[in-house]
Amino acid sequence: MFDARLNKAKDRLAFRIDGREAAAPEGVTVAEAMMLAGLEHTRLSPVGRKPRMPYCMMGVCFECLVTINGVAGRQGCMVPLEEGMEIQRPTGKVKVAP
Amino acid sequence: MSGTTCDLAIIGAGPAGLAAASVAADSGLAVCLLDEQRSPGGQIYRAIESSGLKTPAILGPDYADGADIVRRFRASKALYQDQATVWMVDRTEAGFDIAFSFPGGQKQISAKRLIIATGAMERPVPVPGWTLPGVMSAGAAQILLKQSGITPSGEIILAGSGPLLFLLASQYVKAGVKITAILETTTLRDRIYALQHLPKALRASGYLRKGLAMISELRRAGVPVLSGVADLNILGKVSAEQLRFSHRGAHRQMVADTVILHEGVVPNTQLPMALGCRMVWDRSQLCWRPELGDYGATSEPGIYIAGDGGGIDGAKSAVLSGELAGLGVVQDLDGTKAAGNVSRIAELKSRLAADGAVRPFLERLYRPHLSLPADEAIVCRCEEITAGEIRRIAASGCSGPNQMKSFCRAGMGPCQGRMCSLTVTRLMADVQQADPAEIGHYRLRMPIKPVTVAEMAQLAGPME
Repeated sequence: MFDARLNKAKDRLAFRIDGREAAAPEGVTVAEAMMLAGLEHTRLSPVGRKPRMPYCMMGVCFECLVTINGVAGRQGCMVPLEEGMEIQRPTGKVKVAP
Repeated sequence: MSGTTCDLAIIGAGPAGLAAASVAADSGLAVCLLDEQRSPGGQIYRAIESSGLKTPAILGPDYADGADIVRRFRASKALYQDQATVWMVDRTEAGFDIAFSFPGGQKQISAKRLIIATGAMERPVPVPGWTLPGVMSAGAAQILLKQSGITPSGEIILAGSGPLLFLLASQYVKAGVKITAILETTTLRDRIYALQHLPKALRASGYLRKGLAMISELRRAGVPVLSGVADLNILGKVSAEQLRFSHRGAHRQMVADTVILHEGVVPNTQLPMALGCRMVWDRSQLCWRPELGDYGATSEPGIYIAGDGGGIDGAKSAVLSGELAGLGVVQDLDGTKAAGNVSRIAELKSRLAADGAVRPFLERLYRPHLSLPADEAIVCRCEEITAGEIRRIAASGCSGPNQMKSFCRAGMGPCQGRMCSLTVTRLMADVQQADPAEIGHYRLRMPIKPVTVAEMAQLAGPME
């Protein structure tokens, strides 16, 4: 659905989404990396477990909330992608931390 | 940002915040500018110093204007913290304490005066199906392009109204992205009613010329534009597949992999509302804006607002109102400085009036039509509350948006009402036959951005 053919970065960063290997151009945000990874959704909504994707890309809609390196509820559109990042998509189930 | 006390803190590094910081720092104030992005420029000049786009020229000459504004700021003595997410502003005896997260952890600074330059956000466009993957705002699509050279593929439909919709379309054309259609909600009636504002708008005719050039460029490129489109409905199982709409009295349906929605921009009022700044309902822009006095002073002592956050006037005006607010703070803190700035202040005010002349025309022409949605549309995306439910509760006598929260949790999810506040107020006003000003808005509280308890606790420790 999205491509980065107009992106000028030479290097790509490797990261993982729900344990699956992926890569995206250096300089993109976590939300952009997920959109480029060809996912059908970036989270399931907590109420109806409906598929969602980022809507605003500027920190307003909170649709890009993900778990990054173990910290839940981060706004993916605000966080630059880093090599080796572990990203988990919210599944809509409320989990209580141990 | 090693100093924890300054004369002036500015939140937001778009054109208004940058101009305010430059002039205040050049006048000798200790200035701290906090911004959520990785580099200065705001949304309009996003990634101006560091665009990941191969061919930034396709963004047009207006985007390049941002480079000078950023350069002037970089040359000033103002301190700048990028990737700073401000989550609390607290009033103190001496001014304000401002807490923010940044990649290195948490920090708190103190300031005697505060300029809020948090700009605009897009007016939410709650048509049925707007929560589906494959649907995003025009601003989001433009951010993807400006920042990272990311574009959608497949059947792409742009729908709604406003200059940004056409700007994005013309940038896509230059980028070689094929647009299936532009569905414009602007009606013949809008065009006729807008004409009364045309003579005034001609005083800022540069905007009109640019707009006409953009539209004829799209025509030359063969992009189909349908006007007077209504009743938008996005259909799809796990993502957008089809767009249903009415046009000239007939129902139509088109394949759509990506739907890009836009109905203009509105002030981002989250922080001023949480700080108790008095708001007014703008009948022309159909949104809340803070009540502002001279130099952008709010109803709250020591708090100023510059740029689109004070009412939508665009990037050129934002630079002017930013400088005006900066000068306002300079003379507020040191009355002896006032005399030297008199002529500059008069010039800024007259240029602001001239630049704003186009606004009544644009506001009438591009009046939003999609933001009072059909019953089945989700209004609150976080809690998945439909327009039908808001209408039903409003009809049962709900006393305002804050009681609406307790009835159905609209506005109580992670976005803190950013995406539903305007729609809830307008729906309630519509159902109860009241003025939106009487209906009011959600009461907002700090923290205005999510912060973990561990992050908050960091502030309790020793600060540098």
